[in-house]
Amino acid sequence: MANVTLRNVRKTYPGGFEAIKGVNVDVADGQFCVLVGPSGCGKSTLLRMVAGLETVTGGEIDIGGRVVNQVEPADRDIAMVFQNYALYPHMSVFNNMAYGLRNRGMKEAEVKTRVDEAARVLELTPMLERKPRQLSGGQRQRVAMGRAIVRQPKVFLFDEPLSNLDAKLRIAMRVEIRKLQRRLNTTSIYVTHDQLEAMTLADVLVVMNGGEVEQIGNPLAIYEKPATTFVASFIGAPPMNLMPTRADEIKSQLGSTEAGILGIRPEDFVITDQTPAGGIALPLTVEAIERVGAETFVYGARDQDEQRVAATPGELPPGEVIVRIPGSEAPPIGARIRVAALRQKLHLFSGDGRTRLEA
Amino acid sequence: MVEEEGFRRYVAHAILWIGIAIVAFPVYIAIVASTQDNALIANGQMSLLPGGHFFEVYYQTIFVGTSGSTREPVGNMMLNSLVMALLIAVGKIAISIISAYAIVYFRFPFRMPIFWIIFITLMLPVEVRIYPTYKIVADLHMLDSYAGLALPLIASATATLLFRQFFMTVPDELLEASRIDGAGPLRFFWDTLLPLSRTNMAALFVILFILGWNQYLWPLLITTRDDMQTIQVGIRKMITTTDALTEWPVVMATAVLAMLPPVFVVVAMQKLFVRGLVETEK
Repeated sequence: MANVTLRNVRKTYPGGFEAIKGVNVDVADGQFCVLVGPSGCGKSTLLRMVAGLETVTGGEIDIGGRVVNQVEPADRDIAMVFQNYALYPHMSVFNNMAYGLRNRGMKEAEVKTRVDEAARVLELTPMLERKPRQLSGGQRQRVAMGRAIVRQPKVFLFDEPLSNLDAKLRIAMRVEIRKLQRRLNTTSIYVTHDQLEAMTLADVLVVMNGGEVEQIGNPLAIYEKPATTFVASFIGAPPMNLMPTRADEIKSQLGSTEAGILGIRPEDFVITDQTPAGGIALPLTVEAIERVGAETFVYGARDQDEQRVAATPGELPPGEVIVRIPGSEAPPIGARIRVAALRQKLHLFSGDGRTRLEA
Repeated sequence: MVEEEGFRRYVAHAILWIGIAIVAFPVYIAIVASTQDNALIANGQMSLLPGGHFFEVYYQTIFVGTSGSTREPVGNMMLNSLVMALLIAVGKIAISIISAYAIVYFRFPFRMPIFWIIFITLMLPVEVRIYPTYKIVADLHMLDSYAGLALPLIASATATLLFRQFFMTVPDELLEASRIDGAGPLRFFWDTLLPLSRTNMAALFVILFILGWNQYLWPLLITTRDDMQTIQVGIRKMITTTDALTEWPVVMATAVLAMLPPVFVVVAMQKLFVRGLVETEK
């Protein structure tokens, strides 16, 4: 058991490319930390630096109170689950799990006890003698997990472990990973580009973009109060509607004097003719409808008639807006509707999108 | 394939049979000739059916040799050839897999120049560098020895390239998983890379064994003693005789014997090769 602390960690490649631009993260003992971001944001590089597979060019990585910048991966007391599982194709499931233990000179009896226990937990016992190629994707995934847990390491590292599985299995394995982590209570760092996976798994969510941390915190807190427009559009599906506004247009609603970007989540809209006090209302022309059963997404275009918009207080300039409504009842395509959101559901960001303007 | 009916099919089969006959006939003649009496062959009266001297000819060939030009029993020549071919095949595989490992998995100064130097040696076959090679082997007192026969032929750019290409297809995550599992470079090589290379090694062994077995020029140059002679050199010497009849049955028996080990290697390794291909998955 250990906490993991990253202090101003940097990674600059020999060509001068800065993959990680000074990251500070503190993962407490037993917590599940998820690094999330679009591809190329540096999340995998950061994880591999914690694992010791990439050198650290600046700052410190601290695992359990020990700076491990110069420590070999095998001596960091970590275990890693890879995206493509990286099972040894020529070894049986048993040997795949036992390999790391044997390399550490563990007695064969103890190796067997540990592997058998891991196999029991992961329901792999009937498959111990099989080779990886004789297993399904989900089973291989379990073996990769088993290889990590037999070691009883201080930290688990997961590098997009579910992205090679089909959607249904991914959800099942997601729940299983969470249960397993809670039971073993091992500090974990998990990399994914899937914001839903990130939201459901994380104790601590780290949203990354372009080698920097955009926001760190509890997943729901991040969802409710995104710090930047990047976080606002990355966390939540479909993404938050972001609309540039002029100061005068929304001054009455927000009391802001600056031009900025207004954000409203699709689910915070209601189709109504009223404008809530202090809230905002938009007239829309319905352009597309997506029905997914329990909810429906309405894609609407805001009116191009700027004159009319400016004339009505609480309305916004043109653009596309996504509205989520419960159930499958939806207005027909081409219909003109009016949607509104409450004052407390509005998010306002500075013009460059880097700062949240109201608390 | 679409089944052809009637006449066209017979024509196709006839052409195939002619092809087989052209390839197989010389081999058949060799086998038949190795069972005949030498006088009959010398008179040009050789039958196309096997004669009755099979056992005596093969006994003489393997244990005694010809009575004239080379007195060395072919059994001994085969042993020499076998040792040389095995040393070359195994040596080439061992050396090239190690150098490919170094080139693919280690970052050391002048890595790429070294790789290109190895690559360029592809263009320098034994024949081109035969004089300096001979000089070195002679200076090292390795003439008339197995070491002299095999060592100069062991370095192989082709095999190094093949292993390099194979290693580059092995996913990096396997190496990383090994590192996390506490396996050092030697462990990774021995526990993971070698087992994964099994099929490549089998395929290479077949090619390199035959290559080594068929060496002619190099053994001819550096062996002078009869008891170090290889079978390919021996056959040639048996045919060229002065003041005596070429003992054709013995020559043919030697040719047939020279054919057997490569055939055996191909047949035996093919099974492993095919099974490996089906089983291996990266």
